[in-house]
Amino acid sequence: MNILVCVKRVPDTAENEIEVRPDGTDIRREDLVYSVNEWDNYAVEEAIQIAERTGGSVTVATVGDADAEEVVRREMAMGAQQGLMLTDAAFEGSDGRGIAEILKAAVARGAYDLVLCGAQADDGAGQVGGMLAALLDWPYASLVNHIEVLEGKKLRIGREIEGGNQERSEIDLPCVLSIQTGINEPRYVGIRGIRKVASVEIPVLGAADLGLDPSRVGRAACRVRKLDYFVPPAGAGAEILQGSPEEIAARLVDLLKAKGGLK
Amino acid sequence: MEPVLVPPAAATLAGIPARLLFLLIPLVGVGLFAWILRRRLEPLRRAAPDDRFNRWGERLAAVFRLWLAQARQPRYFLAGVLHIVVFFGFLILGARSLELVVLGFVEDFVLPGFGGGVGAAYRALKDIAAAAVFVAVGILAVRRLVFRPARYAVPARYGKDHTPEAIFVLGLIATLLLSEGLFEASLLAAERQLGREAHGLLPLTLPWAFVRLLSSAPREALQAIHLAAYAVHDLTFFFFLCFLPFGKHFHVVTSLFNVFFMRLDPGTVKPVRHGVDDEGLDRLESFGVKRFEDFTWKHMLDFYSCADCGRCSDRCPANRVGRPLSPRFISIKARDLCFRRYPVRGPIAAEPAPLIGGIYAEDEIWSCTTCGACEEECPLGIEYIDKMVDLRRGMVDDGLVPQSLQKPLAAIEKRGNPWGKMEKKRGDWALGVGGGCRVKRFERGEAAEALYFVDSITSYDDRMQKIAQAAARVFCAAGVDFGILGQDEKDSGHEVRRFGEEMLFQSLKEHNTEAIRATGARWIVTTDPHAYNALRKDYRDLPPVRHASEVILEALRAGRLALAPAADAVRTCVYHDPCYLGRHNRLYDPPRQVIDLLPGLRRVEMEGDCRDRSFCCGGGGLMLFYEPEEEMRMGVVRVKMAQAAGAELIVAACPFCLVNLEDAIKVAGLEGQLEAVDLCELVDRRLARADERSTANGQGGTA
Amino acid sequence: MAAQLFAFIPHANSRIDDTAPELAAAAERLFPGVPVTALVTGAAEGLEAAAAEATRFFPEVWKFAHADLAYPNAEILRPLLARVLPRGAVVLFTHNTLAMDLAPGLAVKLDAAYLPDVVAFEGLEGTQLRAVRQEFNGQVSTHVACDLAGGAVVTLRSGCFPAAGELSAAGRVVDRSGDVQGIAARRRFLEVVAAEVGDVDITKEEVLVSVGRGIGDKENLPVAEELAEALGAVVSCSRPVVDAKWLDKSRQVGTSGKTVKPKVYLALGISGSFQHLGGIKGNPFIVAVNKNPKAPIFQVAQVGVVADLLEFAPVLTEAVRKAR
Repeated sequence: MNILVCVKRVPDTAENEIEVRPDGTDIRREDLVYSVNEWDNYAVEEAIQIAERTGGSVTVATVGDADAEEVVRREMAMGAQQGLMLTDAAFEGSDGRGIAEILKAAVARGAYDLVLCGAQADDGAGQVGGMLAALLDWPYASLVNHIEVLEGKKLRIGREIEGGNQERSEIDLPCVLSIQTGINEPRYVGIRGIRKVASVEIPVLGAADLGLDPSRVGRAACRVRKLDYFVPPAGAGAEILQGSPEEIAARLVDLLKAKGGLK
Repeated sequence: MEPVLVPPAAATLAGIPARLLFLLIPLVGVGLFAWILRRRLEPLRRAAPDDRFNRWGERLAAVFRLWLAQARQPRYFLAGVLHIVVFFGFLILGARSLELVVLGFVEDFVLPGFGGGVGAAYRALKDIAAAAVFVAVGILAVRRLVFRPARYAVPARYGKDHTPEAIFVLGLIATLLLSEGLFEASLLAAERQLGREAHGLLPLTLPWAFVRLLSSAPREALQAIHLAAYAVHDLTFFFFLCFLPFGKHFHVVTSLFNVFFMRLDPGTVKPVRHGVDDEGLDRLESFGVKRFEDFTWKHMLDFYSCADCGRCSDRCPANRVGRPLSPRFISIKARDLCFRRYPVRGPIAAEPAPLIGGIYAEDEIWSCTTCGACEEECPLGIEYIDKMVDLRRGMVDDGLVPQSLQKPLAAIEKRGNPWGKMEKKRGDWALGVGGGCRVKRFERGEAAEALYFVDSITSYDDRMQKIAQAAARVFCAAGVDFGILGQDEKDSGHEVRRFGEEMLFQSLKEHNTEAIRATGARWIVTTDPHAYNALRKDYRDLPPVRHASEVILEALRAGRLALAPAADAVRTCVYHDPCYLGRHNRLYDPPRQVIDLLPGLRRVEMEGDCRDRSFCCGGGGLMLFYEPEEEMRMGVVRVKMAQAAGAELIVAACPFCLVNLEDAIKVAGLEGQLEAVDLCELVDRRLARADERSTANGQGGTA
Repeated sequence: MAAQLFAFIPHANSRIDDTAPELAAAAERLFPGVPVTALVTGAAEGLEAAAAEATRFFPEVWKFAHADLAYPNAEILRPLLARVLPRGAVVLFTHNTLAMDLAPGLAVKLDAAYLPDVVAFEGLEGTQLRAVRQEFNGQVSTHVACDLAGGAVVTLRSGCFPAAGELSAAGRVVDRSGDVQGIAARRRFLEVVAAEVGDVDITKEEVLVSVGRGIGDKENLPVAEELAEALGAVVSCSRPVVDAKWLDKSRQVGTSGKTVKPKVYLALGISGSFQHLGGIKGNPFIVAVNKNPKAPIFQVAQVGVVADLLEFAPVLTEAVRKAR
């Protein structure tokens, strides 16, 4: 099975508070480090495991500038055979739909049986996989946490739904799946692994190479635009509730209701 | 004069001269033994290189201490003393056995130099030795069969019990002793019957007992016993020799070499491959030990040498708390695998055998804290840490790293600390030092005589920052001119290396080495034994590195630190030896001496579990992130030891120990009864503050 | 501008989802006074009741009944909605796992803008909707402008829009089941496998009742479990509780445990060590109950109660039960 995995380079925000620039145009990026989006990393691991079981190859693609090459290389060090950089000034500022258009063009150039994405990335939108599937007119499933390859160009998949339950279904190939974390245990990639693939050529494709109409991508094509970033004001320290236990409990119940803690 | 009994070399058996048989037995025996040894050497020839043909003096000294003087045996007193008896018995009786072998085809053979008075003395000595060994063998058999010390047990997952083999070998030894005794006693009894007794016997030796038993036996019976005893001894001797390489008694042969080639430098980690320097690492096809043949020849020799005594696992903290690791079975499983792959007869297995998922499990290899208790205990110098590191290198190379460790490793790669915190905040702790002490920052172009290498946990963890702040105040008070690297410092990489991520370690080492050299500092001080060990053992060409306890002790002794008199009641404390300060660097005394110079403290020891037998707190560095399967936490075991020693205060000299011990106190429910504190904090508390100092000096001071 | 407004109503067990009134409220906030059409799909069983209940909040309810819709399969719903919805429509969804499956592709099929996981609307200027979203696990918020001119698919985070009241006059149900015919699903639903007991994934829970050493003993755990049950929450804990083997490791929040992203976090008897707090992300609403008024947890909590959890938690449990 030939698999394309779409990955994104994102700021690594595990431990550090994200700060917004005073003018609100962006978060402060000067002290951030970047890595591959965590969900995408699970998707690559899953693709590699599928290819190991059924044969075929794994291609990792990203839409981004030259900086994004490091994540493609990292995923290649995990075991993906090919990389693909989708880079063009015309791509800058694309919204989810624009990214999906670019990826659709890349999928059309190859012969893929399966496209995997991460379930979401730093912006929490979780949109590109579903849009890509719709553009390709392929079936789609999101939040996939289990994949079995069946006979007859089909997969049996599990989706993680509310309450930690799993929805099982069968899906026809080719299809697009967005992968939930925890589907597998991604292998470790060290400096040594990356050095091994350091000199592998990664093709770079622009709008013209992909036969893309530039008016469909980039900032101008956006229907959703980010206006600014801000940090919602947070109170300093806890408000200590006073009164009898019953009074405090009653007040807490109101607060919990308001905050969605009472479903 | 006719011999009283026909000696073996002159006897005939069914008309054939017995000397032919008695010549054949050693020829076949030695030939077979040589063949077996050649096969046993085969895996060593295919093994990875190991650089051990060096430092002859130190190696001979190790042989003298560990092999000949059996220095580590009495650490387990009864078993140790019994082993010493058997060991020296073997050495003494070995000569007699050789003499006996030759007597089978050379009549009246005497070992060169063993005639006359020497011979008589030797005869007495070997009879004493035989008697002592015989008694020891009896006690050993009773221990094995009746008392069954727990450390000999074989948990079900590791296979069958090893007692039958042990008893069988004790039986062989007893057979050798008895046959030798009977051989001699039958002759002496016959001589005595004829009044031609050549020499007397010490009472309570085996021949003495046998002579008394045989005193009235007929001559023919004595003759038969004489020859039969000889034959039994001869056959048993060569059977035993050829049996040795099939099990744990191979150590009888290999221990001498194993000790000679043993690891001489505690705290170090072997290079990825001997003969390949750091610059050549990129050219290596594979890293670490993935299949049996990736072990070095010395590590294979270790497997052959393991005597199954169980001391390593008995002292192993991971084993004690129920982690899936027992160092003893790291050796035994590898030996079993080796014997299967390299049988004495038949073809050698062609397929490489992956070790992880084969004889070892991933969790087993990650469970080791590299505390070194096993190596400290092993009577014959088997090493484990390098094997663990090599196996981990192999796993890292194959991407087999637990998720819990991947995040901190990635964070160290990106940001130089396992939490992924910002580099620019690394020196922020210094802002909170106070007490009129300003910490210099090399990163800002300031200069100082000493560099305080803080390392990650002490730089970033809210609680551990207090150690750095206390240390800074103490250094200031002692007049130490020091600075820190701040954001130019990255994790020392001590655990990064020991968790098998060699390339990441190399990049950290390069970065830190450059940063440290750029400071021009003349010496380095650290409060973290892991950083201390890394800078001393893993890095090269740095200024001298000292642990804070050494610096503080020197300052106290020189009267450069003014202490306030103890305000409160005397508190009982214990000192917990951090593995990387104690066992790996032998710094047992300076921290204790510092404590003893502080007023208001009474120091006790966790007897049997201190100094080189210190019990690991749970491990530092990346081990904090690893989630082992275990029944109990090491720290809990440790704080209970401190409580049993009667301590109210447990003093550590390592930030990781403090993390683990403070957590353990909470888990064990000992809050309010036991407090954990770092040595630097303890000294800082007793420091006479500027405002108090005049008073303290007025009283003549305490320092 | 005025657009045709739709709201997709999730339902289960013959009841519409709690978020249905939120969708009605959000629609009202977006286009005041414009009637909203609710979309309810399913098989016969339960659908009627859900559609009827939806009329209490929506003037018109389109009902789609078909055996294939017994389980909401996005691969059938998407072509169906693309078929029945007019161009330029604005469709609201609750941001749940079904919407994540269905909505992005629907936006493409309708050639509409897609605006996911909205937490607030801040007004409309011409065709530009100004909305608030969150990024980086909720660490930062953003204002976004979404062009509604060509229609839009918008998903709303539950609990962010106050529920609308019922209509004065109930709406009407329009049966659109005839539109369902002839959709071939390329993904076929098989079954739902329930999460195993003891296999709770605290990282995915929205409400956590977390216990620390203050719980004192394993025997006291029911105090927390009952509160969690009343709240519809799950019990998590700090490291000492796991170390004492009172709860499974899978329940541990912290740098050495799980990283959780709940909306509400009740910290009972947790002092709030740095290691523990490191496992809480996404700016949840933290309620701290602790005997020690100086416990660091009060620094990060929004609301604090200085009390012994063993005494206070049962009182709270009772109050929660009454509020239901």
